[in-house]
Amino acid sequence: MKPFTYSRATSVADAAKAAASTQGARFIAGGTNLLDLMKLQIETPTHLIDVNHLGLDRIEPTPEGGLRIGALVRNTDLAADKVVRRDYGVLSRALLAGASGQLRNKATTAGNLLQRTRCPYFYDTNMPCNKRKPGSGCGAIGGISRSLAILGVSDACIAQHPSDMAVAMRLLDAQVDTVGADGVARAIPIADFHMLPGDTPHVETALKSGEIITSVTLPKPIGGTHVYRKVRDRASYAFALVSVAAVFGKDGGSRFAFGGIGAKPWRTPAADAAASSGAKAVAEAALSGARTTHHNDFKKTLVERTLASLYRQKEARS
Amino acid sequence: MPSDHLTRRSLLQGSAAIAAAAPALAPAGAAAARQTAKEGTGMIPVELTVNGREVHLQLDPRTTLLDALREHLHLTGTKKGCDQGQCGACTVIVEGRRINSCLTLAVMHDGEKVTTIEGLGTPDKLHPMQRAFITHDGYQCGYCTPGQICSAVAVLEEIAAGIPSHVTPDLDKVSLSDSELRERMSGNICRCAAYPNIIAAMNDVAGETKA
Ligand SMILES: Cc1cc2nc3c(=O)[nH]c(=O)nc-3n(C[C@H](O)[C@H](O)[C@H](O)COP(=O)(O)OP(=O)(O)OC[C@H]3O[C@@H](n4cnc5c(N)ncnc54)[C@H](O)[C@@H]3O)c2cc1C
Ligand code: SF4
Ligand code: FES
Ligand code: FES
Repeated sequence: MKPFTYSRATSVADAAKAAASTQGARFIAGGTNLLDLMKLQIETPTHLIDVNHLGLDRIEPTPEGGLRIGALVRNTDLAADKVVRRDYGVLSRALLAGASGQLRNKATTAGNLLQRTRCPYFYDTNMPCNKRKPGSGCGAIGGISRSLAILGVSDACIAQHPSDMAVAMRLLDAQVDTVGADGVARAIPIADFHMLPGDTPHVETALKSGEIITSVTLPKPIGGTHVYRKVRDRASYAFALVSVAAVFGKDGGSRFAFGGIGAKPWRTPAADAAASSGAKAVAEAALSGARTTHHNDFKKTLVERTLASLYRQKEARS
Repeated sequence: MPSDHLTRRSLLQGSAAIAAAAPALAPAGAAAARQTAKEGTGMIPVELTVNGREVHLQLDPRTTLLDALREHLHLTGTKKGCDQGQCGACTVIVEGRRINSCLTLAVMHDGEKVTTIEGLGTPDKLHPMQRAFITHDGYQCGYCTPGQICSAVAVLEEIAAGIPSHVTPDLDKVSLSDSELRERMSGNICRCAAYPNIIAAMNDVAGETKA
């Protein structure tokens, strides 16, 4: 790791201000993604602001009947929360499908949303990568691209978003609550939070310099049957090749979000609208505009089959 | 990478000497915090309770909890496998929870309690899980074992606390089964594949605790 200085933030406003005014400063929460990247010198912050002691670790009901999840709530605690288990089961399931017990004990809500891609060329500092080094090219296009994205990709970058939790949050229409360097709070709908790569794959989220995530808010529960199905190379402790988060509503209204296939957690209105026509129709709608390589073309079939399996599971239950 | 590794090594050796002297200087104050390390980064005082013993260290902020334990406190039971969160060899219990000590900075744990394999039990006074690993041959080379045992102890507590897992059929009904143990132990890789015996050891301890 490159040398850096370290401080513990004492208030949200100070943390945001310090982050914006200190060149090379970064927040550190669980550290499970940032430190990994710092060891490889993919991330080289010169100052770390520890946000673990700001009291952002609570889960509280909102006046609207939803749930506010503190940015520092650990993935284990969020998955095990009684209200989340009961009313937002898909979120518990998505969290539990990610990483390992040890990692979930450290990983936080905000850190999970902000974790960076697992594109192997992003991790290999000997290779070109527009995300790591803007303008250097993309090692994955024309390289081994089996794990990479097929939706929302560009000529500059085909990296997949790796998070499981974020897929469930996308499904549930969560909103990301932040405080900026100017002390002003704002709420960003999760659909607008992650950016598509376009010509600027190094710009990954809507966050401005210094802006700190304080919580993620879920709207009131939508009921239905919650499922999260993750398909990966190992039965546990591996990132998704394809994942599907779904809520099957009693009235036939259902919604779907996808992981492993998108440059960001993926959801389209057309896929939700196709729900009553079955797995094949939902897959077709979701995959509209997909751009595959010969290594990751299999993901299209895998999406359809994963959906088919979820439909069968749902029918068996009802 | 190799050259980075060298600098870090030499830095660690440098700071190990300071660490050895630190208990005499403790409690480390703000003046010590401003003390400058070789590469121009301030050393930071860190106070930990490791296996019940209070320790005062002066650390480069880059020091992971794993390196603090191994290189500074010479508690070499905790192992470094991958150093990137992928193997679980470095698993320790911090404030009652198992974590990967390679992916966290020691300075982030100032004031906290850490339990390592050395703190669970000793050769004369084994922890039930350590004894069960011996009885059931839960290892071959033993490299992953300290992490496996720390994880196994925490896993039984997580199940008792009702924390669900990926394979829990009903999120509200958490119970003990082989598949639960396997899933929950998936963050601990064993190159010797002692897995079936590790599960047997865990079942043994779980049965004992229940009885
Ligand atoms: C071996 C391994 C396997 C994994 N498998 C999976 C998996 O299967 N599925 C999955 O989804 N994830 C997986 N992960 C990733 C893991 O979920 C993330 O590392 C974790 O969620 C990151 O959270 P953190 O709190 O540790 O973030 P940190 O590493 O602390 O931070 C990550 C980023 O977020 C920023 N940040 C943190 N908090 C805030 C805040 N409040 N406001 C603004 N910015 C902030 C930091 O500056 C940093 O840029 C895996 C990780 C490892 C190491
Ligand atoms: S796909 Fe994106 S992250 Fe991967 S090498 Fe190309 S530019 Fe980098
Ligand atoms: S050494 Fe920490 S997980 Fe491998
Ligand atoms: S006993 Fe050898 S790696 Fe597990």
